[in-house]
Amino acid sequence: MRFMVIVKATKGSEAGELPDQKLLAEMGKYNEELAKAGVMLAGEGLQPSSKGARVRFSGSKRTVIDGPFAETKELVAGFWLIQAKSKEEAIEWVKRAPNPSPGQESELEIRQVFEAEDFGAEFTPELREQEERIRAQVAEKK
Amino acid sequence: MTAADTLRAIDAVWRIESARVIAGLARIVRDVGLAEDLAQDALVAALERWPESGVPENPGAWLMTTAKHRAIDLLRRGTRMERKHAELGRLVEERADVAVDELEATIDDDIGDDLLRLMFVSCHPFLSTEARVALTLRLVGGLTTEEIARAFLVPEATVAQRIVRARRTLAEARVPFEVPRGDERAGRLSSVLEVLYLVFNEGYAATAGDDWMRPALCEDALRLGRILAELTPGEPEVHGLVALMEIQASRSGARLGPSGEPVLLLDQDRGRWDRLLIRRGLAALERAERLGARGPYAIQAAIAACHARARTAEETDWERIAALYEELGRLTPSPVVELNRAVAVGMARGPAAGLELADALTSDPSLASYHLLPSVRGDLLAKLGRSDEARAEFERAASLTRNAPVRALLLERARSPLATLGVRSPLATLPRKRWQSQDFSRKPRR
Repeated sequence: MRFMVIVKATKGSEAGELPDQKLLAEMGKYNEELAKAGVMLAGEGLQPSSKGARVRFSGSKRTVIDGPFAETKELVAGFWLIQAKSKEEAIEWVKRAPNPSPGQESELEIRQVFEAEDFGAEFTPELREQEERIRAQVAEKK
Repeated sequence: MTAADTLRAIDAVWRIESARVIAGLARIVRDVGLAEDLAQDALVAALERWPESGVPENPGAWLMTTAKHRAIDLLRRGTRMERKHAELGRLVEERADVAVDELEATIDDDIGDDLLRLMFVSCHPFLSTEARVALTLRLVGGLTTEEIARAFLVPEATVAQRIVRARRTLAEARVPFEVPRGDERAGRLSSVLEVLYLVFNEGYAATAGDDWMRPALCEDALRLGRILAELTPGEPEVHGLVALMEIQASRSGARLGPSGEPVLLLDQDRGRWDRLLIRRGLAALERAERLGARGPYAIQAAIAACHARARTAEETDWERIAALYEELGRLTPSPVVELNRAVAVGMARGPAAGLELADALTSDPSLASYHLLPSVRGDLLAKLGRSDEARAEFERAASLTRNAPVRALLLERARSPLATLGVRSPLATLPRKRWQSQDFSRKPRR
């Protein structure tokens, strides 16, 4: 299974401050550990929300809202994508991460990534077939 | 944390740490079997203590320290163990004091090299292929005997026995716990790669309804491959194999149809291919190619990459694939590789060119009962409009396979040889395992 480990934004990350030397070194070491264990699939850090935007949907209307966004703690500042056999294994890996915002309380959130099998009984052969048909129709129209 | 949570956490810690702990111990006690026993003792201690004390801050170090203290105890009271472990008896006589000092000094060592040694020993040529697979998954992959048995559809007792025998064989042969150097290294490394690819293919061959442990083997093989690539960054074939596995795995979501039937490569919905794995595979292939001449795994990865890069089946660069098969054939000459080249040439330069190559293989005795040859020829003949000859080939092919779905497919084509012509290549009528693992991964004997 795959898990996304979400790094939440902080005042510092939103102000565009880069992590200090020490944290960078610790993060580098941790990333190396993940890679050496064969569990790291991808990972990126995100620029502050002031450089981002949102598109708000309301019925058929789309409104563009430029960053920055206020609710810092709800914002995402980066992520890892890891491969693990269970949520517990993902938790064990995340516990080994350096504190992403030293000197402050911070959280890393672990979320499992959907895979086709996860749709389980809801995604019956008939539904799959229907989806296949739709895909085939779309392909024909291209 | 409830007791059940703690147990699950211990399970996860074990999966992450066991290989490192076993590898670190094996360097000191010089016996992977004994190292595994010691690590297991540490696990038992964790199961006893952690539910009350909680999981320690650094669980890996805890396990390692506990196992090493246990090793020191055993060395000091060596006589008791002598009866159980002839190997340890020898060790006690020779180097008990040194070993104790070493154990105490090495609790925080970097164990990367030990892990590599563990992989090489687990895949030692003294062991049967089954034993290499079982030992690698258990010692390096952290799988339980039960998990291995479920994944390979064999009784647990069989796997347990394979492991016991393998441990004994290694101990009796006094196989050194080391990464071989010089000429031996290349051969031993290819044994490791072979084991990983075999595990991967076993998982890839899983079908709908199989125990979930089977497809999970692909993930285990990939994980071990990625670990190996980090441990041996200068080995092009390691990156080649990782690239091949990443790209093959990228298709796993697209290879079964609505009722679990296999979907041929060229018919797959490419929107379901996993772009992340493709990207990783292409990056690994690039690393392999930067390091030097392509080996058999890197060439196969390059072929897989041709498919991965094509946005539609029609965009496939068959000329390049044909050239890569030629390159593969030069390194590992085989009529099966040649047959694949015939298919690629048929796609690139037209059925007549492909048929010429395929016809040249009809006198090869090793392909005499291989259903793919008539199947490929039938397809090429059909594309040339020679329907009677095509029908005869499809019928012949059907009579040569014992795989029911494949036979049904071939008989259907025999009934109306010209009916299903499209971009589809006959190659794709094969169960993937047959043309990938069995034939291509076979190394020339040294």
